[in-house]
Amino acid sequence: MVLSKDLQKSLWITFFVLPGLVIVALFILLPLFLSLFNSLFSWNQLIRGEWVGFGNFRRIFFTSPYRERFFNALRNNGKWFLVTMLVQNILGLVFGYLLSRRIPGHGFFRRTFFIPVLFSIVAVGFLWGLYLKPNGLVNAFLKLVGLEEYSRAWLGEESIATFSIIAVNIWRWVGFPSLVFLAAIDAIPLDCLEAAYLDGARETQVFSRIVLPLIVPALTVITVLTLIGSLNVFEQIYTMTGLDGSPNYSTDTIGTLFYRTAFGSVDSGNPEIGIGSAIGVVIYLLTFLASAGFIAISRRREVEL
Amino acid sequence: MSRRSNGIVALLLLVSAVSLFAGGSKEKSETPTPGASAPAAPKAAPAPSAAPVVIQFWTWRPEDVAVYNKLIGIFQQQNPGIQVVQTAHKNTEYNTILSAALSGKSGPDVFQSRAYGGLESFAQSGYMEPLENWVPELKDFSEAARRGATSIKDGKIYGVPFASQTLFVYYNKKMYQKLGLSVPSTWDKFLANLEAMKKAGIQPLANGAKDGWTLEVMMGALAPNFYGANEFFNKVIKGETNFLDPKFVQAIDKLRDLIPYMPPMYMGVSYTDMQAAFINEQAGHFIGGSFEAGYFSSQNPDLQYDFFPGPSAKEGEPNYVSTYADGNFSMNAASTKKAEAAKLLRFFASKTTGEAFIKELKQVSQVPGIDPTANPFIAKVLSVQKHSTPYIFLVGFRYQQPTGSSLAQAALQGMFAGKLTAAEVCKQIQEGIATYYKPFQK
Repeated sequence: MVLSKDLQKSLWITFFVLPGLVIVALFILLPLFLSLFNSLFSWNQLIRGEWVGFGNFRRIFFTSPYRERFFNALRNNGKWFLVTMLVQNILGLVFGYLLSRRIPGHGFFRRTFFIPVLFSIVAVGFLWGLYLKPNGLVNAFLKLVGLEEYSRAWLGEESIATFSIIAVNIWRWVGFPSLVFLAAIDAIPLDCLEAAYLDGARETQVFSRIVLPLIVPALTVITVLTLIGSLNVFEQIYTMTGLDGSPNYSTDTIGTLFYRTAFGSVDSGNPEIGIGSAIGVVIYLLTFLASAGFIAISRRREVEL
Repeated sequence: MSRRSNGIVALLLLVSAVSLFAGGSKEKSETPTPGASAPAAPKAAPAPSAAPVVIQFWTWRPEDVAVYNKLIGIFQQQNPGIQVVQTAHKNTEYNTILSAALSGKSGPDVFQSRAYGGLESFAQSGYMEPLENWVPELKDFSEAARRGATSIKDGKIYGVPFASQTLFVYYNKKMYQKLGLSVPSTWDKFLANLEAMKKAGIQPLANGAKDGWTLEVMMGALAPNFYGANEFFNKVIKGETNFLDPKFVQAIDKLRDLIPYMPPMYMGVSYTDMQAAFINEQAGHFIGGSFEAGYFSSQNPDLQYDFFPGPSAKEGEPNYVSTYADGNFSMNAASTKKAEAAKLLRFFASKTTGEAFIKELKQVSQVPGIDPTANPFIAKVLSVQKHSTPYIFLVGFRYQQPTGSSLAQAALQGMFAGKLTAAEVCKQIQEGIATYYKPFQK
């Protein structure tokens, strides 16, 4: 039997796509739909009970204490997004721009900035957890340089614990936006820049009028990644202040809240699989809608620019 | 080669790879993994006719594999024809692995199970066999011990209790001698001792507040003497009073007296920091549980420590300690070898096992009528248990979310950070528990 060329071609494509498709279906789509399914039932411990429709979702949004915990966690995710956008991505932009200007030692800096990105997130969390202890490296350094009055319990004070963890994450991750921005700036056609310089544009003008508008696609990618990352924060909290978002829920995120609720922890009690699954679905929807919305808006802006 | 035969070759490769991996995983499941799962030490005399009945036994104590093997060896000698295979899982992963195995209708025949709320989820999911008929010895266990193995829903006993824990105050004996201090019986004397240490330049307390559960332990060790121990517990369980009771609020407020004696930047001091400070003799007191002693001694064999029960408000009043059951041995309701599993459970309820717990594991066994004198520490723990009260949130309010424990831990952190008053702490605990606890909803 001789297969038609078209059929043969599509069979080949299927052959190569299938393994990936199976993995995505099995490990991403199926769990997603299962958690949606599970979230629509009441659960008696590990046994699925009766159908409750959107009852579990109502409890997250309207019933104490789930409501307080959920919105507290969501606020912290918001802090993650804002601080990461403002500090990490602006730093990344500055680093990327400086590296693209070929400052002395740029090769060294480019590699150094990127090294922490390669570290395991758990190892980074664990080590910085040690550095940020009251008698850890950070406070010892402050003492050494005569700034002892600024010593703090970095991970123990409600007002600064989240920001301490975000700072560690920025330390780990700032190399990534730097590199993306560097690549984007390097891709700008040289004649654009040369023309600007010939017209007598100052460095700041070149940056704001030429470079910035031309790297908007990179800005979009980084913003969407930051958004997704900020909504899915988990490991950093888990390794540095624990599943309970201690102290007093000040570092809780929807990721840790989801885990604690769905699987239970030693102290948080028995698993609430229905409510946990509902939180999982909400996290998914938030991430999806926020990213899609942002991409749609920035597409339109890109065209305008 | 034509394109089609290329495709066939690729398919063949894929199929053979799949069968190879499948074969590999099968092999793995047949051979026990070294270390984690070890068949029990001396084999019993071979059963005369049939092959031995194999009982699977799971624990969350990889540290104790050798002791359990010894016990299993004795059991197998007494019960020829039964072979017990022990598998120890990592403590933090145990619940997940066990619930996955049990919900898949597989899993061990006999296993370690958690107490109270942790037992409830397995018992009420139908994964555990009620044991009153299988293990008649259970009726001799103390009521406090049985409480940790009893489902609050149906009142049936689902486990053979194995150890209890007690919360109290450790102190460094050398420092007490050096400063001429004596063991305090009242709160004021306790504070005076802490003050004397502070004046002498010694860190009085090792306890910090970064890990919320250590604050709950502190509360469990010290507060019962102020909130009225068992009397309050029995009332609050029935809903005759609640956590807004002025006595309870005052007991929580007492804990703030300790803040001046906690380490600098105590909000950042974690559990391991606390342990290190006490073990390295950098702090004079450690408020903790009986489960610490083994670790203290193994880390610093020269450390001279002792403990005293939480001091009372007035001289002459009893010094109450909070106690709780650590865990149980339970039977899989889906086991096909229940008669043999029951024999193992009855062995775990016997004095042989109880004495091994005291001698070898240095744990306070729950088996009734055993002689603790082999270990003076445990003998003393048992003696302070004469005034014992249930560890309030673990025993009574860890069955549903939000548990009393998680509410108390977070709110106490707020109080120690100076953000919440004792009254606000109690309000948060009360309101959180009242969302599901029927006696509070009247």
